Amino acid sequence: MAYPAALRYTKDHEWIEVKGELGTVGLTDHAQSQLGDVVFVELPKPGTKLEAGKPLGTVESTKAVFEIFAPASGEVIEVNDDLANAPERINRDPHGGGWLVKVRLSSRAEIAGLMDADAYESYLSSQSASS
Amino acid sequence: MPIEYPRTGGLIAEHKAVRGGVGVFDVSHMGDVRVRGRSLAAGLAAVEHITMNDVSRLAMGQAEYSAMLYPEGTFVDDLIVHRLGEDDFLLVINAGTREKDVAWIRENTKSFDCEVIDLSDAYTQLAIQGPRAADVLRRLGYAAAAELPSYWFAYGAICGLSDVLMARTGYTGEDGFEIYIPSDMETSENVWRSVLEAGREFGILPCGLGARNTLRLEARLPLYGHEISQDINVWEAGLGRFCKMEKGEFVGRSALAGLKSTVARRLVGLEMIDRGIARDGYPCQNMEGQVIGKVTSGSPSPTLGKNIALAYLPLDLAELGTVVYVEIRGQKLKAQVVPTPFYRRRKSEESGSSERHSSGKR
Repeated sequence: MAYPAALRYTKDHEWIEVKGELGTVGLTDHAQSQLGDVVFVELPKPGTKLEAGKPLGTVESTKAVFEIFAPASGEVIEVNDDLANAPERINRDPHGGGWLVKVRLSSRAEIAGLMDADAYESYLSSQSASS
Repeated sequence: MPIEYPRTGGLIAEHKAVRGGVGVFDVSHMGDVRVRGRSLAAGLAAVEHITMNDVSRLAMGQAEYSAMLYPEGTFVDDLIVHRLGEDDFLLVINAGTREKDVAWIRENTKSFDCEVIDLSDAYTQLAIQGPRAADVLRRLGYAAAAELPSYWFAYGAICGLSDVLMARTGYTGEDGFEIYIPSDMETSENVWRSVLEAGREFGILPCGLGARNTLRLEARLPLYGHEISQDINVWEAGLGRFCKMEKGEFVGRSALAGLKSTVARRLVGLEMIDRGIARDGYPCQNMEGQVIGKVTSGSPSPTLGKNIALAYLPLDLAELGTVVYVEIRGQKLKAQVVPTPFYRRRKSEESGSSERHSSGKR
């Protein structure tokens, strides 16, 4: 799967799409393929304050539990409620319908520190080469 | 063996292939130990001494689920004992405990006139599991596969090999076979490919450790280090039906005789009521919030679509229907004690079978 150029990526395999002061957060295709079948997602409630790099929620596959980290600081304004009944969306459409939360960003500067699609793909290949 | 295979569709697809059709597992990591008497009946006496099930009742060609115990009545390992000959046995043990097991077997059979041979590296073991497993064996050239009773084995010619040991055993709660072939790379790859080819029309998938774990959990089959260990005794684990106290002396027997009336906890099945997945090691609490036990294995059940777990709980909280809490990342989530196995296969399709592993053997 191609990594959309409009998104920014973290080393923990989250993505964020920034439009104005709003950011939409999800897990990358690489993350979902490593997870396997996602069966459960635990997300913060709207109003929760997020801090960049701190845990945002958890996602569970049949295999294991994984922590999701906030790619940027801000306040949660919307949660993808569809995932409660259809967590497999994260596997099927990780960069689209499998989004997790929308955040009102507190700092645009944090976004500049994230990877673009090319940098993320290089990061992935360096990871697989070293493992 | 990987957790799941690429291109199968993942763990759930692999799991469902075994429940509904057939899957194949490379379980070559299992250990294989042959115990053979040098003088009359010494092999039999040795295996009786080191395992808790009754070996003397096995016919040649028959196998049984059993366990090796410490003198305290707790588990060295569980295993399957195959009677190859009058005084000749094949013990199939777990991978993670293999070195410990082999050393323990040698030590505890020292006083018997028998030889102990570690064949673990000589065999590639494939588990072909699912309602269509017998069809796959038949297509591989073992015409009588469907007639082999559960927990019996036979030797047959498949894939150009002669005298392949094929046992109607498994670790999935489904009908199936475990076959033992020479471990050289060429033979192993050839048989692996032949099995996938023979199973293609039945939708066979190669299956990994992930599906192996969810399948055995649904069937309540114990995993060493989880449901059974050096700290858990036979009565607590609910494996008393495989422990034949009346057969005479064996390692662990005298301790077990004294422990029967003092059992304080029992392995039970849990089903989550609240939304959450109980995982291995999570604490269980009573309604007052005291920690009263711990989850030994837990996972979503692909067959049932529920979140299930096995846990050790005190007897007064082990009754069916009892509600307890599982602590999941700081939250107390409700779960209920339910009957096990969580999944029981329909028996109608099975031919010539005796009883199953999970429901007990004679």
